[in-house]
Amino acid sequence: MTTVTPANGSPVRVALLRDGAIVADDWLPPAEQSPNDGEARILTLTQWQGAACPGDAAVQLEAGDDLEPLLAALAGLPLVAVHFASFTDGRGFSLARRLREAGFIGELRARGQLLPDQAQYLQRCGFNALEFTDPERLAQAQERLSVFSNGYQGAADQPLPLFRRRA
Amino acid sequence: MYRYDDYDQRLVDERVDQFRDQTARYLRGDLLEAEFLPLRLQNGLYVQRLAPMLRIAVPYGLLEARQLRKLAYITRHYDKGYAHISTRQNVQINWPRVEDVPDILEDLASVQMHAIQTSGNCIRNTTTDPLAGVAADELEDPRPWCELIRQWSTLHPEFAFLPRKFKIAVCGSAEDRAAIHSHDIGLEIVPGPAGENGFRVLAGGGLGRTPVIGSEIRPFLERRHLLSYLEAILRVYNQHGRRDNKYKARIKILVKAMGVEAFTAAVESEWERLRDGPTTLPEEEIERIAGFFRGPAYAALDPAAEAAVLEAHCASEPIFANWVQRNSHDHQEPGYRAVTVSLKATGNPPGDVSDAQLDCLADLCEAYSFGQLRTTHQQNIVLADVRESDLLALWRGLQAVGLACPNAGYLTDIICCPGGDFCSLANAKSIPVAEAIQARFEDLDYLYDLGPLELNISGCMNACGHHHIGHIGILGVDKKGEEFFQVSLGGSQSKEASLGQILGPSFRREDMPDVIETLLRVYLDHRLEDESFLEALRRIGMQPFKDRVYDNGNAR
Ligand code: SF4
Repeated sequence: MTTVTPANGSPVRVALLRDGAIVADDWLPPAEQSPNDGEARILTLTQWQGAACPGDAAVQLEAGDDLEPLLAALAGLPLVAVHFASFTDGRGFSLARRLREAGFIGELRARGQLLPDQAQYLQRCGFNALEFTDPERLAQAQERLSVFSNGYQGAADQPLPLFRRRA
Repeated sequence: MYRYDDYDQRLVDERVDQFRDQTARYLRGDLLEAEFLPLRLQNGLYVQRLAPMLRIAVPYGLLEARQLRKLAYITRHYDKGYAHISTRQNVQINWPRVEDVPDILEDLASVQMHAIQTSGNCIRNTTTDPLAGVAADELEDPRPWCELIRQWSTLHPEFAFLPRKFKIAVCGSAEDRAAIHSHDIGLEIVPGPAGENGFRVLAGGGLGRTPVIGSEIRPFLERRHLLSYLEAILRVYNQHGRRDNKYKARIKILVKAMGVEAFTAAVESEWERLRDGPTTLPEEEIERIAGFFRGPAYAALDPAAEAAVLEAHCASEPIFANWVQRNSHDHQEPGYRAVTVSLKATGNPPGDVSDAQLDCLADLCEAYSFGQLRTTHQQNIVLADVRESDLLALWRGLQAVGLACPNAGYLTDIICCPGGDFCSLANAKSIPVAEAIQARFEDLDYLYDLGPLELNISGCMNACGHHHIGHIGILGVDKKGEEFFQVSLGGSQSKEASLGQILGPSFRREDMPDVIETLLRVYLDHRLEDESFLEALRRIGMQPFKDRVYDNGNAR
């Protein structure tokens, strides 16, 4: 993975909640132009498909996107981001579960308009990275990753439903 | 009845803490109104016309005495001393303060209750037959399945932000008392080819602005696959249901747009990926949950002796005899009957029950019905397991608090939403219409002569009062700022479900009792022997009703 060093020399641009820890983001968000050489930038699905579907790129899905074009390449992708245009649009939760069920093991990132209160549901659906631009909300999200000590359902974080785990 | 273990208890306790945190952040301005909205809705908290409204979950309508006493306490302590039974078998209180709600939820959690997912765009309380487990026409008790669905749907991480609310109902008997055809998913327990019961699965039913009868998407589903199949349906809906227009966001619109076949194919292909996974129900889990619902410790009665006592009581108290005839139902267990406690006495807003009545019901169900009772989607209460020889004592106890109204299943047993007196979405007040009709038809002989009749009233298109499936439906509409009422005829929630047809132009509130009386006169003039209102209507059609009502000049 390429480390980004922006013009001001600081490698830290945006913080990110990844695997429960607040870390510096090493990816640039999707942009209209395709990335420059050596730039670690997340591609839009159209850019990714236009670039002949490179197996080692990071790609962002929108809520309504179809997973099919991605499925064959999943094994090699380092990062798939799902963009939430609104925190009430729950399609991204199902996309995440489908991706994990299809065997994706890379970074699965939720970005866009999210609430800290959704952090645990996002994690349970398979997201291991959550983006919050506001540092206070990022910290709140981190505190809310384990509001519930157990869930009834099997999900990405714990495939076994509670009825297979009850002591 | 299902009992929480440590896992269940911890989950509702953690939910209380979570909501306390969310409320505090909202009150100090950290959470915006629009952000708090879906969070509070998923804890049953609405902000209504006059005050907030809190909807408390009563899973599939089952309550025990200590829970009733806690509800009575909550209405006294935080509210105005009464509660309302909703058409989803839940309990609503109309006057709590937002800042008190975390404390109310904590009180509820102390008796294994909560308000999780009683509102919002998520999976709501699963409803069923109020006579589940005791009805003589039952194939299998649906409540264990409702509990399995409750656990699966509670805080489901994938389905908390659906396009719209989502309602599931389960029926396990010959007669459908759960209105499964008007739910997003309707499940009917049916015998399978190999002798084991399974489910007939309906999807895409619903009331509201566009009422639709559910379509069968699977004639038979093996029971162990229930949860993975529900998960597949929800996933298809979550991904493809419309989100651009809230009036087109229910699953019924998706099923119509895709067509039943294509929708079914999408569900089946999603299910192929999920079936036989960890969500498949092990036999032991089905048995474990079913164990909570095995009948109470019925006494080994001499049915003839019970019947003789009841007969003697009836002979000495004709009013009691009438109540037994109207408000009690056959039971699977010899010597027992199930009893409907009508919350529809004239002058009582349909479904309202006071704190004193709740306390009294707690005492009565402890004394005569193994300490439990059920709420019904008709907004009544059922005491399901009463010895025939105890019926008189129960009736006396009910009479003392005004709960012995002998009208279960008759015209004045009106289903009615809170309407414009409470609800901010209302076009019209529904409760005064119900009261005026009840007052007009107080004569019991006339009521019984009319036979079984379902009259349902909603204050707006959202149809919380299920007006589409009433034999007579009344809908409040707004015409240039004035309240009017539209009447429909011929709806039914039975297995031969149908949606009512609009009679014609709407009426003023003060004319409603006359309109209903005219409609009933048409029925009485035309009916053949033993023919119910619905049967007569299906035979003679709408025209005679239209002719008579509009000739009278009631229309506007
Ligand atoms: S039907 Fe309309 S008026 Fe009645 S409770 Fe529902 S939303 Fe309110």
